[in-house]
Amino acid sequence: MAANFDPSQAASNAGPGRRTILKTLGLGAAGLAGIPLLAACTGGSGPAPGASSNSLTFGSGSSDDVPKAAYKAVTDAFTKKTGITVATNVVPHNDFQNKINSYLQGSPDDAFTWFAGYRMQYYASKGLLAPVDDVWSTIGSNFSDAIKKASTGADGKMYLVPNYNYPWGFFYRKSFWAEKGYAVPNTFDDLKTLATKMKADGIIPIGFADKDGWPAMGTFDYINMRLNGYQFHIDLTAHKESWDQKKVSDVFDTWKALLPFQDPAALGQTWQDAAKALEAKKTGMYLLGSFVTQQFTDPTVLADIDFFPFPEIAMEGTDAVEAPIDGLLLSKKGGDNKAAHDFLSFMGTAEGQNAYAAVDTSNIATVKGADTSKFTPLNKKCADTIANAKYISQFFDRDALPAMANNVMIPALQSFIKDGNVDVKNLEAQAKALYAAQ
Amino acid sequence: MSTTAEKPAAPDSEPGAAGRNTAGKGRSSAGRRPGKSGKVRRLTRRDKLVLAIMVGLPTLIQLLLVWLPTLFSIALSFTRWNGLDLTDIKPAGTDNYSFVFQDYPPFWPAVQHNILWLVFLAVIATPLGLLLAVLLDQKIRGSKIYQSIFFTPVMLSLALIGIIWQLFYNRDSGLLNYLLGTAGKSQAVDWFGDSNVNIWAAMVAATWRHAGYVMILYLAGLKGVDPSLREAAAIDGANAAQTFFRVVFPAMRPVNIVIVVITIIESLRAFDIVYVINRGTNGLELLSALVIQNLVGEGQVIGVGSSLAVILLVISLIPIVFYLIRTFGKEGKA
Repeated sequence: MAANFDPSQAASNAGPGRRTILKTLGLGAAGLAGIPLLAACTGGSGPAPGASSNSLTFGSGSSDDVPKAAYKAVTDAFTKKTGITVATNVVPHNDFQNKINSYLQGSPDDAFTWFAGYRMQYYASKGLLAPVDDVWSTIGSNFSDAIKKASTGADGKMYLVPNYNYPWGFFYRKSFWAEKGYAVPNTFDDLKTLATKMKADGIIPIGFADKDGWPAMGTFDYINMRLNGYQFHIDLTAHKESWDQKKVSDVFDTWKALLPFQDPAALGQTWQDAAKALEAKKTGMYLLGSFVTQQFTDPTVLADIDFFPFPEIAMEGTDAVEAPIDGLLLSKKGGDNKAAHDFLSFMGTAEGQNAYAAVDTSNIATVKGADTSKFTPLNKKCADTIANAKYISQFFDRDALPAMANNVMIPALQSFIKDGNVDVKNLEAQAKALYAAQ
Repeated sequence: MSTTAEKPAAPDSEPGAAGRNTAGKGRSSAGRRPGKSGKVRRLTRRDKLVLAIMVGLPTLIQLLLVWLPTLFSIALSFTRWNGLDLTDIKPAGTDNYSFVFQDYPPFWPAVQHNILWLVFLAVIATPLGLLLAVLLDQKIRGSKIYQSIFFTPVMLSLALIGIIWQLFYNRDSGLLNYLLGTAGKSQAVDWFGDSNVNIWAAMVAATWRHAGYVMILYLAGLKGVDPSLREAAAIDGANAAQTFFRVVFPAMRPVNIVIVVITIIESLRAFDIVYVINRGTNGLELLSALVIQNLVGEGQVIGVGSSLAVILLVISLIPIVFYLIRTFGKEGKA
């Protein structure tokens, strides 16, 4: 900066400047430094808890219009049937997920929406959830074993009452494939052959989007389960297995064979972009959850969509299906409220799930005997795929520690997509540190 | 000067009035209160109360919002904690720091990006803001309108900025690829997705904001420069460039120091734009984004996040200390 200046002028000018600056710095420092404090102190808010058994509070992270209306239909049907009033407290879903720690420790609602998998078991093991074995003793026969297993805590008690789920698979346009003469691949080698053919035809064989970081976990999960089996997936995500071993590097090596066929623009696009590319026949197939169909607003396109399971590689054929389950849990406080148990029981019946599915048709009800009369052929195929699955995995970010999924896997997979390199030793080092912190 | 004689009469009522102006400069203001020593003493109790409130309240707020969180952060950075129960806090020594330095792949790229960000702001954005200020300080028509236009980005919300730049940078339909003639073709540049270019794209977006901010500060600074300095320079035969660089710019020294500090701070807390683009991943890692990633939301690892925050704090202290030394060192000498 300038070397010579007028000191008196500087002194008179520096006053306000300094204060402004200090204030700015102070606020900045408070902002940064305050984060842990804020993170620890933001309590959940909501209507006053109703301890009597004539009412319950229900925290819902399903804030989008359709699921929100669908849960409203469920609570209305429940109130109509039992006379118990439900005070619903809807929170935007990202906020709901991000604040779950403080929500459960603050004043949580009696019942709330959540997921199956490690993310549920973790809070159960910390004593923040109430077991619902009593509920399961009445609704147990309504569910398949795979779903029951997914609803169980690490201590063997039941915690979740599932509502719906949706399978992950390769989605494609039937007419496009018929026109080009492509056939559904059954093995990984078939898939590679098909992809090679598509590439020769000038199509990007496999649609891919990973700007948000999580969609690539689907590819990892499937290759891992097809190569090493469902149990290895569960043990790896729970960090009972080390990342620094051949089984894991094999997954990445296998994937590397697929990388040249996946959309090279993956890191710059969201799954919605990739869905559009599939619709426009720019890509041949796209591995995603069935929620991809939400993007196909044109009914003729929607009717043209089909999917096939991830082809078999080495183990268990295609027995394992990635089908994340959403459902309801009881908070510790809600465990003392009889009405809340009743509400969960209701959700575990065909009646309750039909009320939901009548409004939100993009998901598959988990209960046996749910109304399938309005199912499209695609819905039916999704339902059959799940019903016939021997193992249901919950997707990496639900089966693993959230920090492992968000802080470690997202950057690792993104850099793998970029240059095909991954350092499994480093993954293990990070996993060790993060799981130890829990 | 009769004021000096009055002074000792009210020694304990001084701190409020004279405490701030320590050096000789403050003495002259005391001249306004000759012979009021008795009154001053009567007011003292109320003064004390007012003073206690005026000093105590900001101190309390400062303590509550700045010092306690800072100390908590530092303490937490030496622990492992899942954020649930206070009894779950386990001491971890310096494990979190060695994790960050050795095992956390985004850390060093983030440091590099912050440095790059600082250099870019210092070399491109800040001079651009100065240039805009100098141009708009001329008596050109519509100067106010231009000022508003250039300052608008500073006032826009984060979400809006993301949308605006998406329009420029989108791979398939963005203005930039359209102008380059590559839109829709395979060689179209993926400005946000390609990790080789996205940091530059983000820094241009940041410049767009920062330049407006710097411009407003310099405009105020330029207005504050005594016009007689320019006249004197003109009389001495200095041309426009010499007048600016030798006379006006040095005369704005206080503003310059503020700008230096702001530029450094802006580059350290750069966050919003990368967070809007892709939450600070894939080539857009920044320290602040890593702090948020580790402290807020589902990926919460309080120990690691706190140690990242402490690292950022230590780095931030350097310009702050530099600034304070310049300021208070100067007052001491005066």
